[in-house]
Amino acid sequence: MSKIRTIIRKEWMEVFKNRLVIFTVAFLPLLLTAIPLVMLYTMRGAATGAMAESLPGELAGQLGGSVCPSGLSDAECNLVFLISQFMMLFMLIPVSIPVTIAAYSIVGEKATRSLEPLLATPITTLELLVGKCLAAVIPAVLSTYAAYGIFALGAWLIVANKALVAALLDARWLIAILAVGPLMAVMSVTFSLMVSSRVNDPRVAEQVSMVIMLPVLAGFFGQVAGLFFLNEQIVAVVAVIMVAVDALMVYLATRVFQRETILTRWR
Amino acid sequence: MIHTENLTKQFKQVLAVDGLSLDVKEGEVFGFLGPNGAGKTTTVRMLTSLIGPTRGTATVAGFRVGRDDTAIRQSVGLLTETPGMYDNLAAETNLRIFAELYEVADVKGQVEKYLRILGLWDRRGDPVGTFSKGMKQKLAIARALLHEPRILFLDEPTAGLDPEASHLVREYIGDLRKEGRTIFLCTHNLDEADRLCDRVGVFRTRLLVEDTPANLRRSVFGRKVVLHLRAADETLALRLRGLSFVGEVKLVENKLVVTLDDPDVHNPDIVRLLVGAGADVIYVGELRHSLEDVYLQLVRSE
Repeated sequence: MSKIRTIIRKEWMEVFKNRLVIFTVAFLPLLLTAIPLVMLYTMRGAATGAMAESLPGELAGQLGGSVCPSGLSDAECNLVFLISQFMMLFMLIPVSIPVTIAAYSIVGEKATRSLEPLLATPITTLELLVGKCLAAVIPAVLSTYAAYGIFALGAWLIVANKALVAALLDARWLIAILAVGPLMAVMSVTFSLMVSSRVNDPRVAEQVSMVIMLPVLAGFFGQVAGLFFLNEQIVAVVAVIMVAVDALMVYLATRVFQRETILTRWR
Repeated sequence: MIHTENLTKQFKQVLAVDGLSLDVKEGEVFGFLGPNGAGKTTTVRMLTSLIGPTRGTATVAGFRVGRDDTAIRQSVGLLTETPGMYDNLAAETNLRIFAELYEVADVKGQVEKYLRILGLWDRRGDPVGTFSKGMKQKLAIARALLHEPRILFLDEPTAGLDPEASHLVREYIGDLRKEGRTIFLCTHNLDEADRLCDRVGVFRTRLLVEDTPANLRRSVFGRKVVLHLRAADETLALRLRGLSFVGEVKLVENKLVVTLDDPDVHNPDIVRLLVGAGADVIYVGELRHSLEDVYLQLVRSE
C-alpha cells in the first residue's frame, strides 16, 4: 500500500508542476458547471412566462411523467428536462480529465527513460498500475464532485422553488455523479493506461485515448435527439454495466502491461 | 553471487544472448565487455529480473531469476544506461521516491547520506533538469545505492561524461569495491575495465572469454620482454633463439622483443647471455598490451 501511495504522490508532483494540466483539470468542470447554471438563471423567468404557454406538458407526457415530481408546473418540468440533458455532459468530466494524466503516465516514463529504473524496484505490476490509475482517477472524481457541488449550490441560489431544486438534484443525479462518474473515470484511466503502454509517443497516446469520450458524447447527443431519456432505472443499469466494464478493463490493462514488452519494444 | 547456466534470450528472429554460463563471486568486480548490440544490456535486464530468459537459469544473491523476481529487485542496485531521473522534481525528491519504493527504513537518512557522499547535497532542492550530465549520473548512482544492495549492476557508468566526471565516478566505483560490494560492470571503456575489474568477460551474443585482465593478455599475446641495447643485431637475436625457454625473438632497431613463458625466472639468463656476447644492456622491461589490444584481437577474430 505504501508503494501505491508513493506512486500516486510521484505522479501528482510531476503532473501538477505543469500549469497547463492544472488548467485542463479545472477548466472543463468549471465550464460544464457554468453552462447549466447560466441556462437555469436565464430561463427561470420563462418558467412562469411565455414558455409555460408554448410547451404545455408535451415533454412530460412524452416521458411518461417520469421526470417531474408532482407539484411542478409544466414549464418547470420542461426546465428540469432541459437541465437533465446536462447530466451526460457532467459525465464528460470524469472521462476526460484522467485522459490528460493517464495517457502520459507510461509513455511519458518511456520517453524520459525513467521507466526502467522504476521497474527495477521491487514494486509489483499491480501496485504500479493501481498507483498510476488512482493518481488519475482521484483528481477526476474530486473535480466531478466539486463541479456537481457548485452546480447544486448555484441551483439552490438561483431557483426560488425548492421543489424544482429537489427535482434537479434527485436520485438520478446522485447515482450518476456519485457512482457512474467514478466508474467512468476508472474506465477512462484503464483505457488510457493501455494505450500509453502500447504507443511510443505521448501525443499519440493522448489522441488515441480521447476515443474513450466518444460513447459519452454519443449518449449526450442521443439524449438531446430524444432517442432516450436518462431516468433513475437507466442510470442505475448504466452503473451496473460500468462495474462489469471496469472489471474487464482492469483485467485487460494488467494483461497489456507487460514489463518485458514495454522495455524491449521501446526505441 | 551471480550464477548463470546456458542463459539464453531470443527476441523473435534475433538471438540476443546465447548460452551464457558465468560465475561472479562475492566482492568481485566483473567487467562485461562487448560492442554495441552485443547483448550486454539484455543480460543485465535478465539478471535484474526486468525480463525473463528464453532458456537457461540464473541465480542472483541466491534468488532464482523468473521465480524470485521481487526478491532479486530488492537485493540488487541497477544503474541504467541513461540516468532516467524525473527532471521536474528536485534531486532529493527523486531519491525519496526510490527510497520509499525500496522500502528503506531510514529514508531521510539514506537520501542525505548519498547526496552528501556524491557531492550533491547543496543542490538537493534543485530540479534534476537543471543538472549537468555528470551530476545526473551521480544522482543515478545514489539511487542505485539507497537500499544498500550487495550487488550492483552498472551499465556504462561513465558513458558520455567529461574526463573529470568520469574520474569521479570511477573513483567512487573503486570505493564501492573496497566496501566489498559485488559489481557487474558493463562498459566500452577498456581502460576503465582494466583499472577496476578483477575479471572481465568479452561478450558478443555469447561469452568469448573470461579471465583476469592479466591472464587474458597472457593467453592472447603471451608474455613479452623488451631488451633495450646500445647496439643490437641479428647475431644476438640468433643466440637468443637458441635458448630452449625462448619463444619468438624480434629485432626492432636497438631492441630485442622476446616471448617468454616466465620472465621472472628467465630474464637473468637472457641478460647474462647478452652481456657475455658483448652487448650493453640499457634497460629491460615487459611489453604490456592494453586490454583494448586484447579486446580488439578477440572481437575481430570472431
